[in-house]
Amino acid sequence: MKFDNNRARTLARFLAVAAIAAVGAAAYGAGADLGQAQKQATNWTAIGMFAIFVIATLGITKWAAARTKSAADFYTAGGGITGFQNGLAIAGDYMSAASFLGISGLVFANGFDGLIFSIGWLVGWPVITFLMAERLRNLGKFTFADVAGYRFSQTPIRVFAASGSLVVVAFYMIAQMVGAGQLIKLLFGMDYLYAEILVGSIMMIYVLFGGMTATTWVQIIKACMLLGGATFMALAVLIQFGFSPEAMFTKAVEVHSKKEAIMGPGALIKDPVSAISVGMALMFGTAGLPHILMRFFTVPNAKEARKSVGWATTWIGYFYILTFIIGFGAITNLIPNPANYFVGGEISKGLVGGGNMAAVHLAGAVGGNWFLGFISAVAFATILAVVAGLTLSGASAVSHDLYASVWRHGRVDQAQELRVSKMTTVALGVIAVVLGIAFEKENVAYMVMLAFVIAASANFPVLFMSVLWKGTTTKGAVTGGFVGLLTAVTLTVLSPSVWVAVMKNPAGSAWFPYDSAAIFSIPAAFITIWLVSLLDRSARGDQDRAGFPAQQVRSETGIGAAGASGH
Amino acid sequence: METDLATKIASHPKYQELKAKRTSFGWWLSLAGMIAYYGFILLVAFNKPLLAQKLGTGVTTIGMPLGVAVIVFTIIITWIYIRRANSEFDALTEQIVKGVMK
Repeated sequence: MKFDNNRARTLARFLAVAAIAAVGAAAYGAGADLGQAQKQATNWTAIGMFAIFVIATLGITKWAAARTKSAADFYTAGGGITGFQNGLAIAGDYMSAASFLGISGLVFANGFDGLIFSIGWLVGWPVITFLMAERLRNLGKFTFADVAGYRFSQTPIRVFAASGSLVVVAFYMIAQMVGAGQLIKLLFGMDYLYAEILVGSIMMIYVLFGGMTATTWVQIIKACMLLGGATFMALAVLIQFGFSPEAMFTKAVEVHSKKEAIMGPGALIKDPVSAISVGMALMFGTAGLPHILMRFFTVPNAKEARKSVGWATTWIGYFYILTFIIGFGAITNLIPNPANYFVGGEISKGLVGGGNMAAVHLAGAVGGNWFLGFISAVAFATILAVVAGLTLSGASAVSHDLYASVWRHGRVDQAQELRVSKMTTVALGVIAVVLGIAFEKENVAYMVMLAFVIAASANFPVLFMSVLWKGTTTKGAVTGGFVGLLTAVTLTVLSPSVWVAVMKNPAGSAWFPYDSAAIFSIPAAFITIWLVSLLDRSARGDQDRAGFPAQQVRSETGIGAAGASGH
Repeated sequence: METDLATKIASHPKYQELKAKRTSFGWWLSLAGMIAYYGFILLVAFNKPLLAQKLGTGVTTIGMPLGVAVIVFTIIITWIYIRRANSEFDALTEQIVKGVMK
């Protein structure tokens, strides 16, 4: 702790506002990271608000627990969530604390560059809508492996899908848990360890007792609080300028040290290959995140599945526009009052608590202490909701794909499968806490990006090819999926974000020079699936290809799809 | 699903129509979304001055409305697809179901 404080202070002294810019730029390649934070004074208002949120959501969990009896209830809330509700829940699953605090901090430091970042996180959604959402709903039951392996030999495809899910969940989870620890120091003024135990145990209660029903409602509530809070802040900023963006921008340019540079693209995009590669990871990775894909099975039919993505896209897009306004609001409100918001009252020393605190300070500036407490509580609650969704999808991969399908070959009753899910939930909760503590001092900036790259290079190609190309065979899908997974991990380890930033090799020595592996690992997976399927002359391959027309009929029309009850 | 039912549906003319319409519509919209996004990213990568160019006499640059437009465009094409799918495509599906179930 002491060492950290000193180091952070020295850093702040030396690097000044430029440091915030650098953090922002790193966050782009990394997919928003909260970095190391200094512990702030204990904020009882924020802690109190968070306690209210926890009590309310635990109440909901109790209600949900009474309705969670079958495996279908546990995995998919019995398929009884409406499209609108599911859209909010998806948004709640997707809008992370890192994207709220990180993007608004990025806009605060660099202006326009923050917008480039937001857009990248949004553009995957139409692809999901047009090509995946309803087909997923029509083919699947509990996990995305149900869809990817619809016509394939179950054991290999489920082993692959579960590996893909668990690896993505693990990296995403570590980033969230470390983020929670940093946030609790910043927002509540509590120690890192408390965050790990709080998030781990509360999340476990949600999932264990309330299953998907409780998780969904936690995500919906969190989405509403986040959207409501952000809307209030954006409106409060816009009112100051009579709803004229031009007036807001003029003031921002006047007070910001970078002047007019904040109005155009800066140093965020270094080379075109990295830009496109990061874009591909974000665009296709969204369509391969197991905890997002799982949400499509909670609605009763394809119509509601489509509406889900429509609402999710709308809310997420709206949210990113708000964070942009909030970032500019932070420039115009905080910089003119350095005494209140900057270290030692000097702008050159950076914001109190670091660049990610821009939105939190703005909340205090426009809404007072209570509102600051509210926003802090929301930011922390956000992590809780995301982690619960991740855990549920990890648990279903283990119980539904590995245990029920691979280990027991489908000969398993619901009660047994449910018991395994719950045991896995506890195990994942413990693992999350342990990893969160183990990675406290590590640089985890690359992990969310890595999760997206793997989702885009392993899960997405397999899902896409098995649903849309008749020639795909078990052998092709599994080989291609693993090739995508390995390429993604290997190239990321060899890239600057791990090779230099984590493994401490000298700058410039990275074997793979780009920010994201996606531009290579996605094609590697697709080409392998195609080639291996094409060359597959096995009897199983013929059977796989022969199964396509029936699968296509169901994916296109939904006839025979798992109904609202799941059975 | 029983294979004979699947075969029956697969040979239904409305099914062929549904498949063709939805697939091409989905791909065209995906293409539109990708052009908007990668077009924007390529502008950022290759023509930063254009995005930083001022719109009028004020400080607002071309990049600002353009960036917001990409977000709004993304939302709009999503709803365009959903509107058509929830009316036209679902009606076709219903006709197919009625056709094969009698």
